[in-house]
Amino acid sequence: MEKNIRFKLNGKTLSLTSDPDRMLLWVLRSDLDLTGTKYSCGEGFCGACTVLVNNEPVLSCQFPLQGVVGKEILTIEGLKNNGKLHPLQTAFMQHNALQCGFCTPGMILGAYSMLLKNPEPSTKDIVDTMEGNLCRCGSYNRIIQAIQTAARTMRGDKS
Amino acid sequence: MRDDTYSFTLDRREFLKLVGGGIVIFFSTGDPLALQQRRGRRYPEDFNAYLLIGEDGRVSCFTGKIEMGQGIHTSLAQMLAEELDVPLNSVDMVMGDTELCPYDSGTFGSRSTKYFGPPLRQAAAEARAVLIQLASEQLGTPQKNLTAKEGNIFVTDNPQKKVSYAQLAKGKKIERHLEKKPPIKHYSKHTVSGNPTDRVDSKPKVTGEAKFAVDIRLPDMLHAKILRPPAHGATLKSADTSAAKKIPNIQVIQDKDMIAVLHKHPDVAEKALGLIKAQFEPSGSTLDNKTIFKHLKDSAPNGNVVTEEGNIEDGKRLSAKTFEKAYYNHYVAHAPSEPHTAVVNIEGDKATVWASTQSPFRAQGEVAQVLGFPLEKVRVITPFVGCGFGGKNQGNQITEAARLAKLSGKPVQVAWTRKEEFFYDTFRPAAVIDIKSGINSANQIVFWEYHNYFAGDRSSQPFYNIPHYKVQSMGGWGGRSEGGSVHPFGVGAWRGPGSNTNVFAIESHIDIMAEEAGMNPLEFRLHNLTDERMKRILLAAAEKFGKTFAKAPSGKGYGLACTDYLGTYLATMAEVNVNQNSGEVRVGRVVCAQDTGEVINPEGVRMQIEGCITMGLGYCFTEEIRFSNGRILDENFDTYEIPRFSWTPKIETVLVDNPEMPPQGCGEPAITSMGAVIANAVYDVIGKRMFTLPMTPARIKEALS
Repeated sequence: MEKNIRFKLNGKTLSLTSDPDRMLLWVLRSDLDLTGTKYSCGEGFCGACTVLVNNEPVLSCQFPLQGVVGKEILTIEGLKNNGKLHPLQTAFMQHNALQCGFCTPGMILGAYSMLLKNPEPSTKDIVDTMEGNLCRCGSYNRIIQAIQTAARTMRGDKS
Repeated sequence: MRDDTYSFTLDRREFLKLVGGGIVIFFSTGDPLALQQRRGRRYPEDFNAYLLIGEDGRVSCFTGKIEMGQGIHTSLAQMLAEELDVPLNSVDMVMGDTELCPYDSGTFGSRSTKYFGPPLRQAAAEARAVLIQLASEQLGTPQKNLTAKEGNIFVTDNPQKKVSYAQLAKGKKIERHLEKKPPIKHYSKHTVSGNPTDRVDSKPKVTGEAKFAVDIRLPDMLHAKILRPPAHGATLKSADTSAAKKIPNIQVIQDKDMIAVLHKHPDVAEKALGLIKAQFEPSGSTLDNKTIFKHLKDSAPNGNVVTEEGNIEDGKRLSAKTFEKAYYNHYVAHAPSEPHTAVVNIEGDKATVWASTQSPFRAQGEVAQVLGFPLEKVRVITPFVGCGFGGKNQGNQITEAARLAKLSGKPVQVAWTRKEEFFYDTFRPAAVIDIKSGINSANQIVFWEYHNYFAGDRSSQPFYNIPHYKVQSMGGWGGRSEGGSVHPFGVGAWRGPGSNTNVFAIESHIDIMAEEAGMNPLEFRLHNLTDERMKRILLAAAEKFGKTFAKAPSGKGYGLACTDYLGTYLATMAEVNVNQNSGEVRVGRVVCAQDTGEVINPEGVRMQIEGCITMGLGYCFTEEIRFSNGRILDENFDTYEIPRFSWTPKIETVLVDNPEMPPQGCGEPAITSMGAVIANAVYDVIGKRMFTLPMTPARIKEALS
């Protein structure tokens, strides 16, 4: 049964008519052509589809559209600020913290939500928080370094 | 496929028309494999790459190679920029587009830098010579008085007097066919090549703008979901699609063996697929993980000799101690981040394909055949590919999308689910290795008899100094002619094909002999090596590792392994802990020293080594496809566990300087030693030898009990 659903997406208010039981991933990718959010496992085991709903990370392949009513979604497409790359994006580039790049949007959004709550994460904090995000190319150590660099930049440390 | 369906898709005149003016150099990649595969395809020219200096001064390299994360987008651009004296950011790599790029057999085997790099350099040198000649005419200065730098040519004594490549290429239509090999720069003069360089493709990947095949969107495009059998060998008896057809705007297509549902949203198509009630005849396969090894040995063809020297019987007579062991590995999935995907759009008599593939030209041929189109009417474009590891050399999703595009009259995307990915993967084959060997009273290996069942023979050639050896292969890793038909499902190349299994067996066996010889594993290897390059790499790794090996089991948890992967030498050392109650292994640290010849992008090589080590932990500890009666029991990452953040050890890489040797491959070598280095380290802790990969906690507990 289709319903009209209103929410905020990357800062803009949006309303669309769809079946509220559909998973957010497909609405983003297919209805809204926001293809930065990736399907990789489809069952919540890999983190590639991570987006933020009210700053909390959710696995959009398991998250029904119903759940976003009146809320604010952030996808990788919304992370740039006035055309400027977010420090996490810059740090991922600087550390070459990616190879094929398919898991990268999920990694960056997972890290972003962590840094909102924990601006100075230890390596263990990062590993524990990011454990559900899989990278088949094996860039984990570089991702940890990138997150630490971005955290420093966001805190305003020059060190 | 008929050979005469192959013809060059774009001739030189058309190509020049397409790119406009400028200077074009045609050259050949020089890969013996590519040349061999091209034979009989009526190739009008023996070049298979182009280099273009455009009228805007930008330099483009057109190659059928593809980027799947391995970083050749960056390293090839570095080689080109270096030889042509242009800034790296003025190079565009145009890759994997069958309309713009000449034929290429595919991107696999760590062959791109090794085989494509050197002729690319020569083409760039040729282009530079053409530019110098033009500059000489334009500036009225002899060529010997000119210097090229950063896209400009200037009079050496008067740098103000200069002309840019853009100015030189403007209004020109110059084509050169690289015939002789122009001299290239000595590595000591390099300023771009050899420098640690950041990936050139990372920006679109961190912003979400990078397009993979699954991200292609076309007007009216439909997403197709296809009815799949529950098991390999199961055949469709009947299907009731009536419930699926009731979903609004759904299209159901039945064509021969294929039933597909199509909708503008993939999730709606998936839902409709779930409503099809289908009956299948069960698979005739009775194999499972327990019976597979016996089956493989029973089904093995007569062996062919990979390499031999001396006489095994003579070697046995020289032996003071003999050894006989068998090594096993299970099926392993590629599990790429991005499942196999293709989009096909047919407009009139032309089809355009966007595919996640390592072999765009193979895909072109397959689509042409399935559509009945001439080859030149099929264009395959390879967007970014989300991992390959050999698994994307093939994939039926491309022809499925082509058939459905034709039948539906709309652009169609077929994107495999994770479950389909696990079902249709061409797994790394299960394999058995039997080794018999002997050492004499001076602890020298005197014979080595190696029987390889279905691993593939890569890296099975002994590099130790052994007077009597014989290596036999009883079935390879690949297609049906190589023994693929004995497996209950598809098998194929998996990152470092053959080598992962061979190095596990060889280097485990070396450790067994070392212990019996009363020597530590490093000492025993050095004692039995005359290959100075291998000794050097072992010592380089040992220096970085900084620990002293003792006769195993020392209780310390140190392991080592070394190998020669198609010319790249490497030695890996690891430190592990084993939880003897749970059987779980924790890898604390891995050191890998690699000699890959001249290094083009040290940063890129390090990334590949780190990725190899991390990915390799999967087949060490968990990665094993479980199957029964044709069913694949692992369908997702809940039961098929791949390495994650918490597994990752501290990784240290040593790039051993060897610039005199041409660049070798580096996308695969470091993964191939992982089974052995970890098995040896585990033995060093628990004193029990693990003969089967993966070394799951259950298998380790069993060994301990």
